[in-house]
Amino acid sequence: MALFAPQLPKGPHYGVLAEFATPADLYHACEQVRDAGFTRWDAHTPFPVHGLEKAMGIQRSPLPWIVLATGLTGAALGFGLQWWVHASAYPLVISGKPYFAWPAMIPITFELGVLFAAFGAVFGMLGLNRLPMHHHPLFSSKVFERVTDDAFFISIESWDPRFDASATGKLLESLGARSVELLESE
Amino acid sequence: MVQTRDSSKPKAETRLAQTESELLDNPVAGNPTLILRSPDFHSITDAVAEPVERKTPLGWWLFFFPSLTLLGLLGIAVSWLFWEGIGVWGLNVPVGWAWDITNFVFWIGIGHAGTLISAILFLFRQKWRTSINRAAEAMTIFAVMCALLFPGIHVGRVWVAYWMFPLPNQMGVWPNFRSPLLWDVFAVSVYGTVSLLFWYVGLIPDLAMMRDRAKTRARKVAYGLFALGWRGSVRQWHHYESAYLVLAALATPLVLSVHSIVSMDFAVSLLPGWHTTIFPPYFVAGAIFSGFAMVLTLMVICRTAFGLEHIVTLRHFDYMAKIMLVTGSMVGFAYATEFFTAWYSGNPYEFFTFLNRAGGPYAWAYWIMVSCNVISPQLFWFKKARTSIPILFVMSIVINIGMWFERFVIIVTSLHRDFLPSAWGYFTPTIWDISCLLGSFGLFFTMFCLFVRFLPMVATSEVKTVLPQADPHGHSGTEREVKHHRGALPVHGAPAPEGAS
Repeated sequence: MALFAPQLPKGPHYGVLAEFATPADLYHACEQVRDAGFTRWDAHTPFPVHGLEKAMGIQRSPLPWIVLATGLTGAALGFGLQWWVHASAYPLVISGKPYFAWPAMIPITFELGVLFAAFGAVFGMLGLNRLPMHHHPLFSSKVFERVTDDAFFISIESWDPRFDASATGKLLESLGARSVELLESE
Repeated sequence: MVQTRDSSKPKAETRLAQTESELLDNPVAGNPTLILRSPDFHSITDAVAEPVERKTPLGWWLFFFPSLTLLGLLGIAVSWLFWEGIGVWGLNVPVGWAWDITNFVFWIGIGHAGTLISAILFLFRQKWRTSINRAAEAMTIFAVMCALLFPGIHVGRVWVAYWMFPLPNQMGVWPNFRSPLLWDVFAVSVYGTVSLLFWYVGLIPDLAMMRDRAKTRARKVAYGLFALGWRGSVRQWHHYESAYLVLAALATPLVLSVHSIVSMDFAVSLLPGWHTTIFPPYFVAGAIFSGFAMVLTLMVICRTAFGLEHIVTLRHFDYMAKIMLVTGSMVGFAYATEFFTAWYSGNPYEFFTFLNRAGGPYAWAYWIMVSCNVISPQLFWFKKARTSIPILFVMSIVINIGMWFERFVIIVTSLHRDFLPSAWGYFTPTIWDISCLLGSFGLFFTMFCLFVRFLPMVATSEVKTVLPQADPHGHSGTEREVKHHRGALPVHGAPAPEGAS
């Protein structure tokens, strides 16, 4: 998933939204949609459903690498700051210890590493998920309000090469969808 | 085929326990019987969201007003302290640290149970944490706020408190990074920040839930703003779960480092009674011990007040009591080890300090500590005690009193007898010491009252995952799953809904 790719399909329709009754229904439907070769589509659930990424064919999240990079940056900055203060900017003999007493600098190096890694995890996650995004065509659907409660959805976006407003809707119906809705673009 | 289907059906339906006793008798950990009364997803949403949406009940005001009053008392006490100086506390040579640092260590310790529940138990895949983690994380944040207050105000000249941070200044002076006191500044502020981030990330799906249920525009905008436009998309959940796992993995060593560093404020000094290598693990165990006690105090009140008895069950309390029994006994073992080492070291000052703790002028505090922290938790060997709400509630308060006294004993008894008898003293708190302690409880409970009023106090998106129907392969998809992996095996599960075979 490219981070800076355009986000929403152009054209009159955003796509189709289908509601499924249970996580199991959704799981099987996702496998079928994946196998049908769709690429620009998503599933929506009130809680993380175990194994659904596999059913959708989603790659591993690159987030841990972002966290590793920011964490190491934080640790390096922390260690560098302490070295600079004690060995360069403000050398002061304290208790007869060497200026660059590096073992005493490990705790703060660690803490700053954790701090930056946590920032990397949270802001990296928000960036990968393109949040905040307070307006989205999906929010125009009334049934979609239950996505945070007890409803399970598949949305197939109109810019998918295989998308066809009526055929895609029929496919989702045949996979056991409770309701299928065509959504306007915003 | 039809017969297998019929015989398996009642089995699938009775997988959730209906009563507390049935729940407690189920020995299989991680089994979905964590939640009572077979709820569906919607009833969990309702049970958690409704207390936030209904009109403010009278009972809430009964907790909120006293808390707010105590918070006001804190305001007065701190203002007077700033105006007059730290002499308004009972501090004097030789006791230069007393209730201020006792309160600091006490509150930071309280916070640790929240991180243990949210991060360490998450890494260990302890699913029972899902019912209590949100409230416990909130508790952590409010406890860290109380904790940060005390080092901030105890410096005397608060207007130069910024000297604690490595900020470029006109004096060209930098803080000493080799001092544990500075490690502490970093550890506690990083801990507060990471706890806040962790809590907020956990809240995003539930804020979206509040947004989607909102009846008024104001609520929709307020919750919607902080929900960041969450759509529950699996592509989002995917990165979200990765972030949550990473944060848990980061918070785990962080929480252990924080109380270790707090303990080094003492252990790195040369004072008999403080200068011990056992401090880091001993402080961490004590922190988790007291934190669980506070979680218990809060959850006993909240589950009754908000009708969440089927989500926060006696089984959760049973587990928490077991952790308290373990950590309480670890603390007791540390007390004994300290005593043994004091004698075995052959150092007369060290041994005197410990004899003086148990038999000197502060013996009353020492024995309150031992009876609250070591003796009383032994009650939790009995299942009756672990599953009795009145006993748990009383014990949770007893343990917190004991843990406050532990910090008091460590700090004050080590200081009040210096090496020369001419520098011996006795610390007596003033009304301002007492006001600051009570006031910090005011701050804590005010924040907690606001939390339960405006935010969902149970992580619904996590609780829903422990219901059997949340598993796409378990409840109704067994047949398909079995077929996928071992086609030759006979099929026992209920049929997949779309009739695939």
